[in-house]
Amino acid sequence: MGAVGFVVLFPLLGFLVLLTFGRRLGDPVAGWLGTLAVFGSFVSAIVVWLARLGNEGHPYVLRLFDWFSAGGLHVNVSFRVDGLSVAMILFVTGVATLIHLYSIGYMKGDPLYHQFFVYLNLFVFSMVVLVTANTLPLAFLGWEGVGACSYWLISFWFERPTAASAGKKAFIVNRIGDTGFLLGTFLVFEHLGSVSFSRLTAGSLNLSPDTATAIVLLFFLAAAGKSAQLPLFTWLLDAMEGPTPVSALIHAATMVTAGVYLMARLSPILALAHTADLVIAIVGVATAFVAAMAATAQTDIKKIVAYSTVSQLGYMMLGIGTGAYTAAIFLMITHAFYKALIFLGSGSVIHSLNGEQNIRRMGALKKYMPITTVTMILAWLSIAGVPPFSGFFSKGAVLENAFGDSPLLWAAGVITALLTAYYMGRLVYVVFYGTPRFEEVTHGHDPHESPSVMTIPLIVLAAAAVIGGLLNLPVSGFGFLGSWLAPVFGTAQAAYPMSAGLKDGLMATDAVVALLGVFLSWRAWGGVSENPALERKIFFNGWYIDAFYDRAFARTGTAVAEVADTVVDRQIVDGAVTGVAGVARLVGGAGRKVQSGLVRSYLLIMVGGLIVMLGYVLTVAAR
Amino acid sequence: MGYLDWLIAVPAVGALVVPFIPVSEERRSLIRGFGLAISLVELVLAAVVGVQFNSHASGYQFVTDVHWIQSFGVSWFLGADGITLVLILLTALLFVIAMFAMKGVKDFRAYVGWMLLLEAACMGSFTSLDLFAFFVFFELTLIPSYFLIADFGMGASGKAAVKFFVYTFAGSALLLVGIVSLVFIHDSETHRLTFSLPALMDTHLSGTTQLLLFLAFTAAFAVKTPIFPFHTWSPDAYRAAPIPAVVMLAGVMAKLGSYGIIRFDLELFPSTARSLAWLMLTLAVIGILYGAVVAAGERDLGRLVAYSSLSHMGFIVLGIFAFSTEGMSGSILQMVNHGIYTAALFLLLGMIYERRGTLDMAKLGGLQKRAPIFAAVFMLVVMASVGLPGLNGFIGEFLILVGTFITHRWWAVVAVAGVVASAVYMLWAYQRVFHRSQADASPFGEIKLKEALLVAPLLALIVLLGLYPAPLLARIDPTASAVVQHVLAAKGPVSDGASLPAVVKGVK
Repeated sequence: MGAVGFVVLFPLLGFLVLLTFGRRLGDPVAGWLGTLAVFGSFVSAIVVWLARLGNEGHPYVLRLFDWFSAGGLHVNVSFRVDGLSVAMILFVTGVATLIHLYSIGYMKGDPLYHQFFVYLNLFVFSMVVLVTANTLPLAFLGWEGVGACSYWLISFWFERPTAASAGKKAFIVNRIGDTGFLLGTFLVFEHLGSVSFSRLTAGSLNLSPDTATAIVLLFFLAAAGKSAQLPLFTWLLDAMEGPTPVSALIHAATMVTAGVYLMARLSPILALAHTADLVIAIVGVATAFVAAMAATAQTDIKKIVAYSTVSQLGYMMLGIGTGAYTAAIFLMITHAFYKALIFLGSGSVIHSLNGEQNIRRMGALKKYMPITTVTMILAWLSIAGVPPFSGFFSKGAVLENAFGDSPLLWAAGVITALLTAYYMGRLVYVVFYGTPRFEEVTHGHDPHESPSVMTIPLIVLAAAAVIGGLLNLPVSGFGFLGSWLAPVFGTAQAAYPMSAGLKDGLMATDAVVALLGVFLSWRAWGGVSENPALERKIFFNGWYIDAFYDRAFARTGTAVAEVADTVVDRQIVDGAVTGVAGVARLVGGAGRKVQSGLVRSYLLIMVGGLIVMLGYVLTVAAR
Repeated sequence: MGYLDWLIAVPAVGALVVPFIPVSEERRSLIRGFGLAISLVELVLAAVVGVQFNSHASGYQFVTDVHWIQSFGVSWFLGADGITLVLILLTALLFVIAMFAMKGVKDFRAYVGWMLLLEAACMGSFTSLDLFAFFVFFELTLIPSYFLIADFGMGASGKAAVKFFVYTFAGSALLLVGIVSLVFIHDSETHRLTFSLPALMDTHLSGTTQLLLFLAFTAAFAVKTPIFPFHTWSPDAYRAAPIPAVVMLAGVMAKLGSYGIIRFDLELFPSTARSLAWLMLTLAVIGILYGAVVAAGERDLGRLVAYSSLSHMGFIVLGIFAFSTEGMSGSILQMVNHGIYTAALFLLLGMIYERRGTLDMAKLGGLQKRAPIFAAVFMLVVMASVGLPGLNGFIGEFLILVGTFITHRWWAVVAVAGVVASAVYMLWAYQRVFHRSQADASPFGEIKLKEALLVAPLLALIVLLGLYPAPLLARIDPTASAVVQHVLAAKGPVSDGASLPAVVKGVK
């Protein structure tokens, strides 16, 4: 199981080699090298997984060295191999390999080609560290590392002011969340005397409910930043300024799920904090609904998918809040498949339309891009939760537990499920069916299917999205993921007693709702590309949440900062201190002389002072 | 002579020799070479001290204690503990870099002379355990820095130099009064006239006296650090001074302030330090947030970094007055870290200034397109300063915050906002200078080999100390723990012992 070291090492090596020689290697060697590094990591992850088969009970810790220690705080660099971290590294490195491969084609011809893979490898390294770290500060290294890579990659095309601002915004909003991570870590240290995950095991913690609630809410603040929950989700929309493979890898499949992972990792504490769990569940389902509504009215293809991601992350948090950790992780993994696929499919469309992202200028692409079309439809059916595609099982598991916790949470989740099937259907119909509306952007050339480095990842991901449900079938003996993760979550995992009939009823409801959503989207958008009645302005503008932040914080903050600089500091503070000094000088009677700027005066005063002191001391000594 | 004596003597003698080196004007670069050689010798000496340092001990090592001016109790008393050690190493390193960084100087002789004198004074300040000698060295730093700012600076450097001088001088005057009073009181108690720090620690002081002395000492250190609201000299001085001098000012001399607080305030007046902790913590937190807000409003990169320095020094003061070993170790480590990334930041600003003749962000822009490697280097330093884990700024900040959290929770909770704020102003500045498309058409040369070599050691340390700070922390931690124990174990002041329980409760 020491192979976990290689899982971390390969992307790090890839990063270092590309950083040093990337420019010389150039297009496409740099891309292949970066892909190879991540593939090596994936293979190592499989080795770790195989080594664990059969002895899933006990976590294995690979300890490398002491990072820092002071006083009673000891932090080492160590990696944890248990069911949760293995599940994470498998899907993270697997999806990352495919997206690297895809990027070889997508980024072709970009002047900063090699640099893209430098960041991408560093991202994978940070992500892997985040999910395997055995101490909170090391996880924070990964956490901030992925944040920094996200910042660099969003503002990859930095000459576009919007891209530069979007990257900065992502980093800053995440930092707001990170204060929660830091304070949560401090509380854990204060109460447990350790910041190691080894100390956190279900049932063994002696924390008061208040402390546990505080810790959970602080970490949830961090998770809400990273996983784009209300009220911190707005950065993820702007993050679409980054190249599409980045959106797929970082802002859909992996990084944004880090908050969900973190909460799952802290499940022993969550189990002690019921109020906080309820908060998480409510925020999660509210995020899911709000974002799904916004997704129904977007015209930028990537914005639709971004809102969809926010919405799905809300579902995952709903799972966390209701104690359904396995369901949340299951949804995270299947979501990684179909959402990465949707992004890459969108990228394939954007690529063939010379960078066009407005769905109003697409349409009828089915004819020109058959592979993209078919895989996108499969992704749609998966995310919609149509049986037997993967989303049906994973979302179903979350909703079932939500029902066990509170039928209200479940109802909100089901309504959102209807919206999900609908808005993705709208995307598929408007982009791939109907009339062609892309003449302006293609100038008469027909759009073309993407090269095979780009379509192969689409096909592989489509296969995974279709059959992903097999990971955890709701049939006894086939819940592989559930039994794999059981030792990690243990008693923290909620168990809601339900009759078999109720379970079947809930599953049937999910299936009906999904099919209804598909049907509604066909009715509304089959052959239609615009319908103001269904594309309300308030939803198009994302409920005006971002506009509100901009007014309330960004502009006010800027004004405050400028006043602080030009008025407060230069006049008031400086003036006050100088004023006091001025009075002292007047009293001393040497004001003019001091102000003249002659150093001699000052030196004289200083030497004079020294002489006085010497004289004083000498008289004392001569006594 | 011990290593510490040599550390002071080598640059001091060098400074004295410089005016008399018999070289003609055409070969004045020899003088530069001489300065470099001396500073390199100094770095080797400091490294030897570092290697020979016993990391398990918390007391003073390499002690030299000889009578100097016997009749009034002044001795040549030097010693180094963990705090001293890391600051010596930082000083020696930054002086080498500052020596290499000097450029476009007309009068090498004066420049090298002042720099060497400044180095000697800094080394003396950090190693002196005799209050008289400390004061002399502490004041001695002023003269070379004044001339370096006034004669070699850019823009309104004369005015800035005067402001710097007046501020620091006012603080020093109070320090002088404080030292003399303390020595006098000690003398009247024990009939032993001495300036020795360990001896003076045993002085019995009434509550009021201790309070006044604490304030007098702290005034000098607060200006130097700087602590809000005594900081307004620093943006002017940092902006006006020549780059190598700013590296020294922000990198080393600011640490004289925080060092003085630990070494003298805490050692001499522990119970007052404890009862005034709320005040110092509050000023520190104000400094953190205020510095960040003002930095966000700045248009000039140099002034922005000066205000960010105010904010970061606030963290260091916070960790000191948290009175936990974690916080204290974090502060001491952060002094080194701050010195390293601030020095790197100012060196890079110097390179921008050299190419464009301005640091006004409105007039810069799009530099990443023109000089990607330069931009990447700048980004690394920005991230270190923002406290990205894996780079050196993080560990100190983390330890300071966790150390403060466990003893003074709410101050830490407010201070954490500084973590967000630093990202705001730093990334905003980066965006304005490096992103966008170019604001004007003039070229911007990529980083040159010489420039790269200049910052390379700092960049290496930023990464190295971010990933493996253990060698430094192992040497810092015993000292930090001893200082904290000393403060926490101190009995209340002589006359108002009644308030002691409340004080202790406030601390833990």
